[in-house]
Amino acid sequence: MNFTTLVFIILSLLTVVSAVMMIASKSPVHSVLWLIVVFFTISGHYIMLNAQFLAIVNIIVYAGAIMVLFLFVVMLMNLNADSEPIKNYRIQLIGIISGGVLLLILLSSVMSIDKSQLVEMKVGDEGLIKSLGMNLFKNYLLPFEISSVLFLSAMIGAVVIGKKEDEAENKKVN
Amino acid sequence: MQALTDKSKQVSRKPMNFMERMYLPAIFKGMVITFSHIFKKKPTINYPEKKRPFSPVFRGLQILNRDEEGRENCTACGLCAVACPAEAITMEAAERQPGEENLYREEKYAAKYEINMLRCIFCGLCEEACPKDAIYLSETFTPADYQRKQFIYSKNDLLIPHPKENPTAYQQALGNRPKRESVI
Amino acid sequence: MMLLSIDLGLVIEKLVLIVVVISASLVIAMYTTFAERKVAAILQDRRGPNRAGPFGLLQPLADGLKLFFKEEIIPNLSSKFLFILGPALAMMTAMMTSAVIPWGDKIELFGRSISLQIADINIGVLYVFGVVSLGVYGIMIGSWASNNKFSLLGGLRAASQIISYELAMGISMIALLMVTGTLSLKEMVLQQQAGNWNVIYQPLGFLIFLICAFAECNRTPFDLPEAENELIGGYHTEYSSMKLGFFLFAEYINMFISSVIMATLFFGGYDMPFVNETLLSPNMAALIGIVALMGKVICFIFLFMWVRWTIPRFRYDQLMHLGWRILIPLALFNMLLTGGVILYFHK
Repeated sequence: MNFTTLVFIILSLLTVVSAVMMIASKSPVHSVLWLIVVFFTISGHYIMLNAQFLAIVNIIVYAGAIMVLFLFVVMLMNLNADSEPIKNYRIQLIGIISGGVLLLILLSSVMSIDKSQLVEMKVGDEGLIKSLGMNLFKNYLLPFEISSVLFLSAMIGAVVIGKKEDEAENKKVN
Repeated sequence: MQALTDKSKQVSRKPMNFMERMYLPAIFKGMVITFSHIFKKKPTINYPEKKRPFSPVFRGLQILNRDEEGRENCTACGLCAVACPAEAITMEAAERQPGEENLYREEKYAAKYEINMLRCIFCGLCEEACPKDAIYLSETFTPADYQRKQFIYSKNDLLIPHPKENPTAYQQALGNRPKRESVI
Repeated sequence: MMLLSIDLGLVIEKLVLIVVVISASLVIAMYTTFAERKVAAILQDRRGPNRAGPFGLLQPLADGLKLFFKEEIIPNLSSKFLFILGPALAMMTAMMTSAVIPWGDKIELFGRSISLQIADINIGVLYVFGVVSLGVYGIMIGSWASNNKFSLLGGLRAASQIISYELAMGISMIALLMVTGTLSLKEMVLQQQAGNWNVIYQPLGFLIFLICAFAECNRTPFDLPEAENELIGGYHTEYSSMKLGFFLFAEYINMFISSVIMATLFFGGYDMPFVNETLLSPNMAALIGIVALMGKVICFIFLFMWVRWTIPRFRYDQLMHLGWRILIPLALFNMLLTGGVILYFHK
């Protein structure tokens, strides 16, 4: 076993354990914190694949911004056992079935992997900023721009929703 | 409402122009003002090393005076205790025995003389009332202490040092107050 | 094992560099607290601390000792692990940024050429951003674990403030990256040698970056997370002893690091103007470089303090208004302008 494999095993163990902890922990704040740990370990995997840019963007966007907002909302709502929605039998059953289906799909996809094509560590430049930029702005320019339009529409939607409440409040005050 | 003085100034509520809304000029102006304070003289006095001179009319801790030969001036007449608005002074009089002429200037003296510094308001009326120039307010203030009873100053605490035995301490305690001609 | 195949000298060299950088930034942060008190005093016509040691130079030691001897208080109803994790994270993220900063050029020592940078990674600027965006976790976790309304409010304020100003900071950075064309801090410094500083090309970008740096460090006028007259102590209300010390210390380390970043990105890093480093011996040049960088940093730290004692704190809606409706459009405009100019001159 060489050094890289050792690091990979430790990282993967950490990822899986913290992902399980994220689902299993009772307090929502702890869940969010475990999810942040998951993002970090995944960034570690990115670095092992020689994709430093992806790793750091993953940290900036997910761990640095989105999870902060998540944590923000969870802390504000102050969720506890009282505010948990009632789980009836049917919903639990549906959850088990859909989860099981997802598990089956994942398992089958893992089984169907061609073992001869293993991921190579620390080589390749797909995740580096130069090749990524070339891919995004040359080969996949149209999808990139379309997705940016999607983001723009989402932003406008958020602004509209925010504005509506603002006006309603103003009317109330007047 | 009618204004009492003409010092009030109407607040200007006119909308800010572009330069004012940028805030940056105002911020720079403020920063220049704070920067100019670097070069200003600092009014602080480093207290224990350097002491601010008291004004000549400062009224500090009381001192019981002696005359030039070291005899106590006080005759325990009680005028200071009567004058005291805070009733801080108590005293007991005693008659001078033969052979004690070098200790007390007159035939009657204060055997016990106490000032409660917790009550004293340092108004200086005792000094005003004294016909013998026996009590005056010095240029020190009462030091802090942990116990209340320490603030009841007895005659030993109040007496000025002996002018013959300890002339420097005597002069220091006398301070630079204007000398009052004694009324005998 | 692969670890053994790495040059042992390199490992030792980097370890020594890490220890030196971390202890140096700790000492500098320590004396920044002293400088803060002194500068505050001087700007307010006072004397400031002058009792401990000559000119009060031992004051930070006395402060630290005092914090160590204070009683540790952990609130009963809080999560103890998270309560301790908060200040630890704040301190760690504050220290982590120093890894990618080029502190100087190479020095020659024991026949080796040692680079005065812990790690020259090709995404240095992004790394700085990543670490800065994590800085808020220490505050948030600590504030939530305190189980106190004022702490929580402080933490939430910190979170929303840092996220809001990170955007404008990032966009102003993009304009800078268009000019430099690299993400590596070392290369940026090399491009800026001989007085060819980025601030000349990006004055507006620098202004936006400066304002955002103030907000990211929770410094006045953006110190709402710890607004002492509204929120008692903000996120560190419940903290005592050295855990409080860590929070306060992290703020000063952040200030130091962001000064270094600003000096590196916009003011030529370790470039000393009007000195031709190539004529000097490498060790001498490196020394001059470190002195130049520290000089710039001291100027920035003084600016931080100067502003703190001049401008009062923003109201919360003013803060959000400034961040979202002024700085972000301004940064976008700056980016557009930079892109246009670059396109015009390249064609």
